[in-house]
Amino acid sequence: MSDFVSDFWNLYVVVIVLASILACAVLLIVQGKATFTPGKTMGHVWDETLEEYNNPMPKWWSWMFVITVIFALVYLALYPGLGNYKGMLGWTSGGQHKAEVEKMDATVKPLFDKFMAMDVKAVAGDKQAMEMGKRLFLTYCMQCHGADARGAKGFPNLTDSDWQYGGEPDQIKETISNGRMGVMPPHEQLGADSIKDLANFVRSLSGLPNDSVRAAKGKETFESAGCVGCHGMDAHGMHAVGAPNLTDKTWLYGSSEATITETITKGRQNQMPAWKEFLGEAKVHLLSAYVISLSQGAK
Amino acid sequence: MLKHEQIEKSVTLLIVLTLLVVIWGGLLEIVPLFFQKSTTTPVEGTKPYDAVRLAGRDVYLREGCYNCHSQMIRPFRAETERYGHYSVAGEYVYDHPFQWGSKRTGPDLHRVGGRYSDEWQRAHLMNPRDVVPESNMPAFAFLAGNKAKDTVGADIEKKMQVMRTYANVRGIPTYSDEEIKGAKAAIGDKTELDVLIAYLQGMGTALKNVK
Repeated sequence: MSDFVSDFWNLYVVVIVLASILACAVLLIVQGKATFTPGKTMGHVWDETLEEYNNPMPKWWSWMFVITVIFALVYLALYPGLGNYKGMLGWTSGGQHKAEVEKMDATVKPLFDKFMAMDVKAVAGDKQAMEMGKRLFLTYCMQCHGADARGAKGFPNLTDSDWQYGGEPDQIKETISNGRMGVMPPHEQLGADSIKDLANFVRSLSGLPNDSVRAAKGKETFESAGCVGCHGMDAHGMHAVGAPNLTDKTWLYGSSEATITETITKGRQNQMPAWKEFLGEAKVHLLSAYVISLSQGAK
Repeated sequence: MLKHEQIEKSVTLLIVLTLLVVIWGGLLEIVPLFFQKSTTTPVEGTKPYDAVRLAGRDVYLREGCYNCHSQMIRPFRAETERYGHYSVAGEYVYDHPFQWGSKRTGPDLHRVGGRYSDEWQRAHLMNPRDVVPESNMPAFAFLAGNKAKDTVGADIEKKMQVMRTYANVRGIPTYSDEEIKGAKAAIGDKTELDVLIAYLQGMGTALKNVK
């Protein structure tokens, strides 16, 4: 099927291209036959004695022009260029890309197949797999989690042993494949005073300095205001909804009273994008193993 | 017959003939593109920028993002592995002017839509070093202090009307009267940062991965 809206444009391109090449060829032939008188000058004199001969171009130069004409015709026969004509080689940029991808895939597929057949934890112990995993991580994951995988404010550190959505291979795979939507709802309605109590209580959970009177009041609010729904009665969090454990020393947004107050008042929202479609299963498998390897040896 | 000497001695004649040569090239290199389906028909899923994204696009232009970021994924494996499907002409039909760019100090952005969370885009634009310590991108925190309706959104209806004229010339889907009327309301109180993020998150989502 033609890409042009009408056949006129096919003809338009073919005629102009061929006419231009023909015109160049004719010009070369005509010029090649032009006679000249040796020693005749153009008739100008500059700087007292400087004159210009009216000689034809050197033959080798004319031949280069002839070669470009031949090259153009051969090129147009082999590659697309003449309107709708596809060229004898059938070349397309999309086809070239496809061939390049297929060639590389043929090389790496056995590797990925080998790792796919292995358990995620076993892959995490494979040196070659982890080299590949590191490259994948540095291409796709470092923008949020950092080149050292230690994360940033709001973006989890992957080198510790703390997991918002669980650290089991299947859970990590699920996180990478389908992404996660983290939502801490805002609690402005509780009022500034109650929120201050809560912030002190949260700080007391992980042994940070706090106002014990306020913390005691905060504990009541924690239980009555619905915090336990996600963070649990013991405040150990819940992997199913990504609610963090509040009793450990890991802080996604920060542990200062001001930051905790902000978190409770305005809530927090962030998202781990889904990667399954873009990366495919094999790369997700390898990345899951890499993420597990990062936290091995972490306390 | 025209002599070489005449052309050489008359500047006007030289200019006229030079122009003719350039026009001759343009007749072949440029004109047929207006009559090719692949360059004039939107790829399925490509829609006109809504009011918010159109305003965000103007922030992108004003801040010169194109100086460091291209919007053109070439058909090479090294690029499609990192960015996704290579760019095709039909994805740019609503770009006036297009933002292909020619320099990549930063990464290509043509398929950045949905790649990162809104929160990441916000944190990153406020100060790139907060999330990517190695980054040399300037911070754009001041965008959070400007209301889009006072700047890029001030004449949004007019902009949409112009875009509609372009689209009508080509006979491709475009804004309805209601969309143009609701443009100001859609932008509302959003900051320049908000509309820029909306623009970024909508980029290149029409074509999925090559695989």
